[in-house]
Amino acid sequence: MAAIETRSLRKVYPAPPAPKRRGGGAPSPGASAASTPAGAGASRGEIVALQSLDLEVRDGEFFGLLGPNGAGKTTTIGILTTRVKPTSGSAVVGGADVATQSVQVRQRIGVVPQRPNPDRSLNVIENLLFHAAYFGIHASTSQPRANRLLEQLGIADKAYAKVDEMSGGQQQRLMIARALIHEPQVIFLDEPTVGLDPQTRLSLWEILRQLHAEGRTIVMTTHYMEEADKLCDRIAIVDRGQLLELDTPEALKQRAPGGTLVEMSLSGDARPVIDAVRAVDGVLRVEAQGPLLRVFSDRGGRVISPVIQAVEENGVSVANISLTEPSLETLFVSRTGRKLD
Amino acid sequence: MSATAALPHPVRASSVFLALLRRDVRVARKEIVFFLVRTTMQPLLFVIVFGYLLPKMNFVGRGYQTALLPGILAVSLSLSAIQSVALPMVQDFGWTKEIEDRLLAPVPTRLIAAEKIVAGMLQGVIAAAFVLPIARLVMGPISGFTFSHVGELIAIVVLGSMAFSSLGMWLGTAIAPQQIGLMFSVIIAPMLFFGCAYYPWRGLDAVPVMKYLVLVNPMVYVAEGMRGALTPDMPHMPLPIVGVALVVVAAFFWTLGMRSFYKRAIG
Repeated sequence: MAAIETRSLRKVYPAPPAPKRRGGGAPSPGASAASTPAGAGASRGEIVALQSLDLEVRDGEFFGLLGPNGAGKTTTIGILTTRVKPTSGSAVVGGADVATQSVQVRQRIGVVPQRPNPDRSLNVIENLLFHAAYFGIHASTSQPRANRLLEQLGIADKAYAKVDEMSGGQQQRLMIARALIHEPQVIFLDEPTVGLDPQTRLSLWEILRQLHAEGRTIVMTTHYMEEADKLCDRIAIVDRGQLLELDTPEALKQRAPGGTLVEMSLSGDARPVIDAVRAVDGVLRVEAQGPLLRVFSDRGGRVISPVIQAVEENGVSVANISLTEPSLETLFVSRTGRKLD
Repeated sequence: MSATAALPHPVRASSVFLALLRRDVRVARKEIVFFLVRTTMQPLLFVIVFGYLLPKMNFVGRGYQTALLPGILAVSLSLSAIQSVALPMVQDFGWTKEIEDRLLAPVPTRLIAAEKIVAGMLQGVIAAAFVLPIARLVMGPISGFTFSHVGELIAIVVLGSMAFSSLGMWLGTAIAPQQIGLMFSVIIAPMLFFGCAYYPWRGLDAVPVMKYLVLVNPMVYVAEGMRGALTPDMPHMPLPIVGVALVVVAAFFWTLGMRSFYKRAIG
């Protein structure tokens, strides 16, 4: 049985009122949907955050939702955690329907938010004990569990500290402990490593691997390719509210267009130089988008100098060059026409 | 870990409600001094000026204190009930998002709002209970003051604090954080001054237009209800009318507050 199943899940936010209102409600569509064009069936000004999402997450799976800001990741998590109402379609989490059985869904999930939002009026251990109490768990059960979690996450020495005395990484660990205190079936993490320094990120990865090894179902959103690649069993690539690809990281990488991606920004329109560049030895594929030229090469960076030559012969100069090895990133670029960040 | 595994026991809503309430009590206890200063400073200053200084100067008669004390208690109750709910709501939904952990509790979202309103009611009652002995001390013996109508008093206190705590829920979830200052000057201040707290409603017989205009102000019913219960010999609005009005007002703000909270909680 699947831990999560969504069918034709769709979310349309109403058009924002004319004078811009700030500080909206729950997981806000915010920047995430602003760049999304109105999809099929949406009237003017409405924001289509999710077009029609069909997903299945298996029991015990580490599932990644990968996409740029505005892809609909946070909206998806919002719906699956009962904080956002879908416009249409259905979603079942842990056997309960998010729309009609939200209380049962909440009982089966743990959520780690994008930005740590601990209860700052309580200390660290109180945060865990009260959260357990909100799930009907008596202190005699939650106290040893909380101690064990703090130990496991390396913040046992902070048990009686004020939350504000913790670093960002420590607060994020507290959020993980809080998400686990009621022993949920499914754990959701929304961009858990954004804003953390590289070392803290690595130790968080270690914690997530451990949780996965314990057999938990984990759903994580991220816009870091590397993170999705290293941690997830399967990855769904989403963009503009649509599912583009869904497979294991290995299979996705094999599907990436061959070769290294050489991206050049030119001084002028890139379209006229396509034919000349395509003729260069080692060039597999060429794409142009405004002044941006994308060259897929099977000789790595060695095509750079003949390509520059071909470009300049057409009276255009090269302002900037970047190289990307074949990866989820090159797959993403070839499927969406843009980079992740 | 399996989704097919035995489902967890359903959680009893009452035990979650109590846990939420315990959390608010714990937090309120930590901040009790700030809370009392914030919510009772204004009524206590009024007590000193209008209940002590002016009578001493013979600008107002001794009878004025009898009219003032129930009004002061009404203000303490209402003002602290509003603030205890509105301010945390503005913060929680506006920027800290701290309430998210409670919104994930496995109970209907409206129960979480209801708990907040009940917590606000308790804080209103505590503020009024704190002000009463101090006011009595500052003003000296108050003629006609009695605790003999306990039933009426409890009814007024419960309905009044519920009306204003619910109003706080509505304001706190409907108003943008930047406008919180405006809320005090545009809504709260007129409510206090035209709420028959510092003068009895029957005194407005002298200004008939005002006498009927102020009836839209829910504070009037709390103040007059307090008079009816605590100083029954003073002229006051009949208690049955006060009771009906407070039931209507409390139900109205409760509905608005619940709806507004739900809208903010679920996108």
